Amino acid sequence: MLEIVEGSHAVAEAVKLCRPQVVSAYPITPQTHIVEALADMVANCQLDADYITVENELSALSACIGASAAGSRVYSATTSQGLALMFEVCFNAAGMRLPIVMTIANRALGAPLSIWNDQQDSISLRDSGWLQFYAEDNQEATDLHFIAYKVCEDHSVLLPAMVCFDGFILSHVYEPVDMLSQEDVDRYLPPFNPYQRLDAADPISFGMYATPDYYHEFRYEIDNAAKRAKEVIQKAGKEFGTMFGRDYSALVEGYRLDDAETAIVAMGSICGTIKDAIDEMRAEGRKVGLLKIRVFRPFPSEEIAQALSNVKRVAVLDKDISLGAKGAVAIEVRDALYGSVTPVKGYVLGLGGRDVRKKDIKEIVSLVEKGVGDQFFGLRRELL
Amino acid sequence: MRELRIHGRGGQGSVTAAELIAVAAFEGGVFAQAFPAFGVERRGAPVQAFVRFDDKKIRKRSQVYEPDYIIVQDSTLIKDVNVFLGVKKGGIVIVNTEKVPDYTVPEGVKLITIDATSIALNVLGLPITNTSLMGAFAAATGEIKFAALEHALNHRFPKELAAKNIEAARQAFNTVKGAAA
Repeated sequence: MLEIVEGSHAVAEAVKLCRPQVVSAYPITPQTHIVEALADMVANCQLDADYITVENELSALSACIGASAAGSRVYSATTSQGLALMFEVCFNAAGMRLPIVMTIANRALGAPLSIWNDQQDSISLRDSGWLQFYAEDNQEATDLHFIAYKVCEDHSVLLPAMVCFDGFILSHVYEPVDMLSQEDVDRYLPPFNPYQRLDAADPISFGMYATPDYYHEFRYEIDNAAKRAKEVIQKAGKEFGTMFGRDYSALVEGYRLDDAETAIVAMGSICGTIKDAIDEMRAEGRKVGLLKIRVFRPFPSEEIAQALSNVKRVAVLDKDISLGAKGAVAIEVRDALYGSVTPVKGYVLGLGGRDVRKKDIKEIVSLVEKGVGDQFFGLRRELL
Repeated sequence: MRELRIHGRGGQGSVTAAELIAVAAFEGGVFAQAFPAFGVERRGAPVQAFVRFDDKKIRKRSQVYEPDYIIVQDSTLIKDVNVFLGVKKGGIVIVNTEKVPDYTVPEGVKLITIDATSIALNVLGLPITNTSLMGAFAAATGEIKFAALEHALNHRFPKELAAKNIEAARQAFNTVKGAAA
């Protein structure tokens, strides 16, 4: 049933429906409403979980790692500096093959301090072994949690996942969301069945050291698991579609792309504004389409190359920057198109909460048509 | 799509008003989206909140630059902030004031003034004007039905507080309806 709710509350409700047994998180803007809501649910006995309060994010994820290794379904949420503080243990969670699901309410990283949205935080953890999903709206943000647990806990994957949704832009917006019932979610997501777990009766160790004779192969196995996740996501997304009518089997999703000459590639909430801009450009006879990347890790190279095989030019929008290089999405899309003669231009925009409007999207389309790109878009020149 | 921009000061409940208007509009069968102009909220500082209404799913995420409707919770903002910026022709501006306006709204825009502060002080005992202005908005624009607003307030606040806020909204609703008749 469609209800109008705040994005953070929709996510908290979705997490509750996933029946996590342990939640550990540290509040940070703009993630706060999610963990407040979950703490309330635990306190009010609406969610049968241990809520472990901790002194910071490093401890939050460490607690999740311990609980997951002990065989519990666990959840955390953070953003920005909080995620940066988790950096070390993010790699441990993936290396120990623990299917933790964590929401990222995407926010810029300091300095200078910014509480506003961009995607620098999760993008900076792209090499950590976590699967990364990016939501366009709060319907996707909620649904992706069910899918994330299903995929992560699959014994052919066993990796953690970040469900990323844009801070404030989605976390603080009230909009209609179709929330599943507990019965629905229970049918889709069975209880966690750990592949292995800490057990005093049958002791094993997680996260031991590996000498040069072994480490290399561990990394290879994690990479393989991340790549195997592609098929598992497709299957889990399709099953979700069959059961509830919203199909998430595609890792990338085209919008008016079939006959497009110019393709925009983007991730997250900006895709909605882009779709509106595309409709207006189409009405003026401009052949523009969108390729939305919903899953950034594993990176859907083949799917992107396939989807963009007929366009004349590509504009990639990044709400992040690999400083000294380019936007991360642009780099990887260009890699996916290696060997093709299609020009790919990158545009870094919307950093630290700078608003992105339909007219900005139209301007970028005009720029890429002229072959101008690989730039920061929308700079206030008077400040430089 | 129709868009509303609310101007207020931190503590006046602009964000809550936007949320409740969206809830009431959704109950009336349209798609609605409400969000604040994200900032570090400080009491007394100028704040904005936005609502969109449409017959289909709303995808746009940028802030509201060309509103159909504007609510100004505090008329002292008018000298500091260009609250009427971008308002569409045929649009409606609702200003909370007890004074005769010494400012003009853009041509083709309807200005409605209402003394929401007095209503709030009389009914709630506090100068929290958001719920009164929601009543005025319902009467002036027809975007939300009063019954839906009542329902949204009942859902949001404890019974007694909800009843007072509904009364404040009703008085403002009737004042605007009365002025129009």
